[in-house]
Amino acid sequence: MSKQRACENCQAYRKEHLIRLGIGIDQYDYIIALAGNPNTGKSTVFNNLTGLRQHTGNWPGKTVTRAEGGYSFAGKQYKLVDLPGTYSLLSTSKEEEVARDFILFGRPDVTVIVADATRLERNLNLVLQILEITDKAVLCLNLMDEAERNHITINERTLSKALGIPVVTAVARQKKGMDVLINTIENVATGKYMCKPHRVKSFSPKLDHAVALLVEKLSKEFKNIPNLKWVALRLLEGDQRIIEAVRTKELGQLGEDLKSA
Amino acid sequence: MYDHQEIENDEIISLTNTLRWELGIDFHDKIIESIYADATKIAKQSIRVEDAKNSTIFDQKVDSIITSKWFGFPIMFLLLAIVFWITVAGANIPSSWLAALLLDTVHPFLKNIAAQIGMPWWLDGVLIDGAYMAFAWVVSVMLPPMAIFFPLFTLLEDLGYLPRVAFNMDSLFRKAGAHGKQALTMSMGFGCNAAGVVATRVIDSPRERLIAIITNNFSLCNGRWPTQILIATIFIGSLVPPHYAGLVSAAAVVSIAVLGIVFSLLVSWGLSKSILRGEASTFSLELPPYRPPRILQTLYTSLIDRTMLVLWRAIVFAIPAGIVIWLVANIYIGELSLAEYFIDWSNPFALYFGLNGVILLAYIIAIPANEIVIPTILMLTVINSGLTGIGEGAGVMFELDSVADTKRILTAGGWTLLTAVNLMLFSLLHNPCSTTLYTIYKETKSMKWTTISALLPLTLGFIVCFFVTQLWLLFSS
Repeated sequence: MSKQRACENCQAYRKEHLIRLGIGIDQYDYIIALAGNPNTGKSTVFNNLTGLRQHTGNWPGKTVTRAEGGYSFAGKQYKLVDLPGTYSLLSTSKEEEVARDFILFGRPDVTVIVADATRLERNLNLVLQILEITDKAVLCLNLMDEAERNHITINERTLSKALGIPVVTAVARQKKGMDVLINTIENVATGKYMCKPHRVKSFSPKLDHAVALLVEKLSKEFKNIPNLKWVALRLLEGDQRIIEAVRTKELGQLGEDLKSA
Repeated sequence: MYDHQEIENDEIISLTNTLRWELGIDFHDKIIESIYADATKIAKQSIRVEDAKNSTIFDQKVDSIITSKWFGFPIMFLLLAIVFWITVAGANIPSSWLAALLLDTVHPFLKNIAAQIGMPWWLDGVLIDGAYMAFAWVVSVMLPPMAIFFPLFTLLEDLGYLPRVAFNMDSLFRKAGAHGKQALTMSMGFGCNAAGVVATRVIDSPRERLIAIITNNFSLCNGRWPTQILIATIFIGSLVPPHYAGLVSAAAVVSIAVLGIVFSLLVSWGLSKSILRGEASTFSLELPPYRPPRILQTLYTSLIDRTMLVLWRAIVFAIPAGIVIWLVANIYIGELSLAEYFIDWSNPFALYFGLNGVILLAYIIAIPANEIVIPTILMLTVINSGLTGIGEGAGVMFELDSVADTKRILTAGGWTLLTAVNLMLFSLLHNPCSTTLYTIYKETKSMKWTTISALLPLTLGFIVCFFVTQLWLLFSS
């Protein structure tokens, strides 16, 4: 609470620059994805930022497709995409495919990962998987009030250092922490904050070599994909969706489709 | 150029295959393992739990009762009954206020203005006695129960009760060959079937998704709750002494809702044994922690979002329906109006099912929205039975000061307890409204499944009403 006050008194605090744009957003400067485990409050954060009233409720799986909305902050337009909640990006349920395709091919400028502070360890599995794909991310630690009630304290600085991305604490249901989140999104989008995302350490030189070989080939074909190493890994794992996307060159187009959709 | 790229890409795939062969198959698991290991390490560094006594223990205790084998279903029915009882008991008073305002005050006022400016009788009829009265009726009958029911339902949702319902129902749905998540889409259907149909996207298997779509109509939607509540209050609540009436009416409505769930399971089972054969797939459902509902915000959003949205839809459909009703009641071919022709023609047929021609005509006019069934029935009954002293003439939706007046009209129209029971059953079992049908078409992209979704419940409705009527007549004679 005292932390919120401090922020509101800070000169960098520019809440008055926030304009909720609802659904009407045609042109935008940055595209922001909202990802996270089911039932962590993604849609609540989405509603807070856009002023829309996407249906929220206390049960996993409410958001079945991508909901889109926008806001304007400090003169820049942000398009926000609320992705369905998933526990991982590895297997192939419909929700996971929607979320994964967007983070990879939609090339969001920032991916905001909303996590449940009371179940952080499990949520981190998804956070790390997302960080394998994308460079620019913000972790929004939601449900801090519940964590407090459960006597859970989280050291955000340690967490932020370990993950290599900014961490923002929030209670989205009470609209707490949203101002800091907006500022942080801006910092990451504009490159004021450089993320150094945690990547899983290599455990096999042979694998590294194979990935490097594939990345080299892929980079000739697909120039705009941000993380070819991840694509190479999926190819090696035999992910049919990705193999198909490479074979038909859909991989290159997917990005464009998702952005305009 | 194109060909060259094609070759290039195939080259990538074949290189992948070679490399994969060399690497062996276990590296995929290794990647996941190291992600999990890192997550644990990072969590250890940054999380501190001070006190082992946390509220998850409380949640578990509550869940062990709410999702228990013995108490799970009774608690569910009890909660439903409480919600309806509050709705039934609370809706009556604001309903009569709204009726007094919109029907007794504004309607004569509008009529006066029309007379003063010399509006032709047919235009006055279409606009004021048709369109305006339909609007007024829908607002006074629909708004109060919705404004009470939706916030209560949303509070349960906010609290975290819905996934528990799904948890309780899961084994039943699996036995029926359907997906456990169908319990969630079914719950959404209690609000609006079109929303329930969209919600079936959470089900991955196309077979199970189709089952969930077709059976969603067995969840009473908010267009049908008021019909159930009103008819139960008039005909079933009145069978017992007044101080039990509210409770008994609520119980009757709950029974219809539960019957809907039973039909949902039976039809799912039938489908998965016939045209949609297959095994149920497994899924994991996380029971979220109980969260204290945000009461004020819930009241606000459910009032603004759900109530107003549904009300708006009802009004949009009621106004043209009001015009149609006025027209069929006032366009004469020879001695009889169009409405009377249809009613006289369909009455003998309808009586086999314990219904009557008025109800059938009302359901045809109300295909766009279930919300307007009751107003339509009342209006048509008045025309057909030639009641005088109520309302102001043919085709006017009249004012009703109390539930007793509604009953007087319906009894005069030849209604009995049997008609009421059959109407409640038919309201549960008939084709979905046109919005839902359109949504089903959009979701399935198939005329065949849309047609099945429309005809299956309708056929069931006629079968059930037929047997109820025949058995009733057998035992009462």
